[in-house]
Amino acid sequence: MRKLLLATAASTLIATSAFSAAHEINIGIILGYTGPIESLVADMGPASEFAFAEVNASGLLLGGRMINVIIGDSTCIDSAAATAVAEKQITADNVVAIVGADCSGVTGAIVSNVAVPNGVVMVSPSATSPGLSTIDDNGLFFRTAPSDARQGAVMADVLMDKGITEVAVTYTNNDYGKGLADAFEASFKALGGTITISAAHEDGKADYSAEVGALASAGGELLAVFGYADQGGKGIIQAALDTGAFETFLMGDGMKSESLIEAIGPDLNGSIGTQPGSDSDGTAMLIEMLAGVVGNPTGPFVAESYDAAALIALAIQAGGSADRASIAANIMNVANAPGEIILPGELAKALQILADGGEVNYEGASGVELIGPGEAAGSYQEYEIIDGAFVTQRYR
Amino acid sequence: MEDLLNAIILFSNFVLVPATAYGAQLALGALGVTLVFGILRFSNFAHGDTMAFGTMVVILVTWWFQSMGISIHPLPTALLALPFGILATIGLLLATDRLVYKFYRKQKSPPVVFVMASVGVMFVMNGIVRFIIGPNDQVFADGERFIMKARDFKASTGMAEGLTIKVSQALTLGIAIIVVIALFWFLQRTRTGKSMRAFSDNEDLALLSGISPERVVMITWIIAAALATIAGTLYGLDKSFKPFTYFQLLLPIFAAAIVGGIGNPLGAIAGGFVVAFSEVTITYAYKKFLRYLLPENLEPNSLVQLLSTDYKFAVSFVILVLVLLIRPTGIFKGKVL
Repeated sequence: MRKLLLATAASTLIATSAFSAAHEINIGIILGYTGPIESLVADMGPASEFAFAEVNASGLLLGGRMINVIIGDSTCIDSAAATAVAEKQITADNVVAIVGADCSGVTGAIVSNVAVPNGVVMVSPSATSPGLSTIDDNGLFFRTAPSDARQGAVMADVLMDKGITEVAVTYTNNDYGKGLADAFEASFKALGGTITISAAHEDGKADYSAEVGALASAGGELLAVFGYADQGGKGIIQAALDTGAFETFLMGDGMKSESLIEAIGPDLNGSIGTQPGSDSDGTAMLIEMLAGVVGNPTGPFVAESYDAAALIALAIQAGGSADRASIAANIMNVANAPGEIILPGELAKALQILADGGEVNYEGASGVELIGPGEAAGSYQEYEIIDGAFVTQRYR
Repeated sequence: MEDLLNAIILFSNFVLVPATAYGAQLALGALGVTLVFGILRFSNFAHGDTMAFGTMVVILVTWWFQSMGISIHPLPTALLALPFGILATIGLLLATDRLVYKFYRKQKSPPVVFVMASVGVMFVMNGIVRFIIGPNDQVFADGERFIMKARDFKASTGMAEGLTIKVSQALTLGIAIIVVIALFWFLQRTRTGKSMRAFSDNEDLALLSGISPERVVMITWIIAAALATIAGTLYGLDKSFKPFTYFQLLLPIFAAAIVGGIGNPLGAIAGGFVVAFSEVTITYAYKKFLRYLLPENLEPNSLVQLLSTDYKFAVSFVILVLVLLIRPTGIFKGKVL
């Protein structure tokens, strides 16, 4: 009798768990909750969860199925730990897709070692390394953050539109500076521009006159500075202005800071630069929605995190199935035209359209448009410094 | 003819003027190092951070003056604050001598013990400076920035190339010349200066003739403190103040002192300019300069740059090694290290 009871109980348990498994869709979030970018993830993680909660609240996903979020720690730097977490989520928790990872290194490791062998889709909100564009991902890896290569291309376009064809380049001597400089150089040359010199500078030095001397000798219509506003970038600009080597500058996203204008003064007027950002209504809408939910709704990659989660949910709905392959096949469809434009907070509307057999073009909070290997086209603000203020020229 | 002038202006703007100012700053620093070496017979590794300490006091006093509205426009207020910086640094060095070096002098410790002790002192001073003013960049230059601006120069002369001379560069050179003349006059003409030279030449003989060693040591520290503060302040005015860069200055300063012949004040000055000019001329790209000078068909396509600017500090190292290998006594005969 007791055995019978036990067996009944056990079978009920299995049945309910099978029932819930059939109705709940497990989706992983793997971000660096500990490690170098833990302060950013504190806002990014909740933003992703917020999108899933919005989907659950609508009750429209595949006729009322719920998303169950499984959170994992990528550590940002420890590839072995991140791979183990992904392995566990995919095999034990049976997740159908993963939001993440965050840092480019661990993201690459998870993609090659776990996601591709198991056929699981990953949508990273923050990995920007150009190297991930060419990773062998079987069409499973997407990102809502643009590759740094994109900024280089945008800056090349900015210069070409202004009719500037000959520039000198200096970059801060690290992966960011070098990557951006290489990307810019490739795009600019492809458009017919000439790079007279591409020289690294070290941050944290007092004197940049020798660096500027070399740059000046190479010449060019303006100097492109891919560095940091409170580091070598400022020193280079100061020295270049002092010696009269260059008068206008093109600045990368690390250079946009009020402190720079304060330090250099009116000589900076006329310089131009780019900075990730979009004028889509989505950004403002998300900031409003997240107020009170996350600490800093305007923080880096918060919008991208929301969008990454939303894309996965919409791809499930578009394919009509929480099947891994079906999600992979539908991410691009929901992210890009044609279809009804979807902004943050309109996920219920999007799910309904998809359920009715319509199409959506998810714009989201960061103006999502996936290009090439499934990465954000990237929207950049082009600004010019006029009368000591950053004035937006246009968005690209 | 105009091409030749342009070439000269270009060279002055990017090599001659900056290297001269930098050379003067190094020379003042190297003078302090060489003086301590000549009298106390050890390489004072704490010199760079002594410069940072002195400059820090000058900056703090400058800010205080600025808040009270005191200025000597068009000259930087820091010049007014300089004496306070020197006094504070003298206090610091005399205290250090009493607390650290005096003990080792009594023990008659070998020079290497002093050197190691000075490394310890360096770290302590390093910490004090960071503790008080923080590790960040501080800008304290005020007053006029330029004697001549490149843009104005071009406009008034009609040349294609501009020439910039900053107030800080002219000040550096002017003050360095005054300081050097005063120092040499002091060493050559005054009784105390003579006793210092005697002490440096032959310690035992100097003691026999009644020279008080403690007095000589004290005066050496006072002069070293003044030189360090002046060098540091001029460097900070010309570039910017950051504790870490002052620590890094140690290498070119030692290279300058050794190239010139350590222990020899004249050598320190020559060494300062040799190191500064080699750093700047070797890492300068001569493309534009040669374009002005050479006929069109010989114009270079490459940058004509011997070494990338990344290797600036390596130049000091190479000079140091070469001098130690080929002529260990330096240009002017100093003591053999």
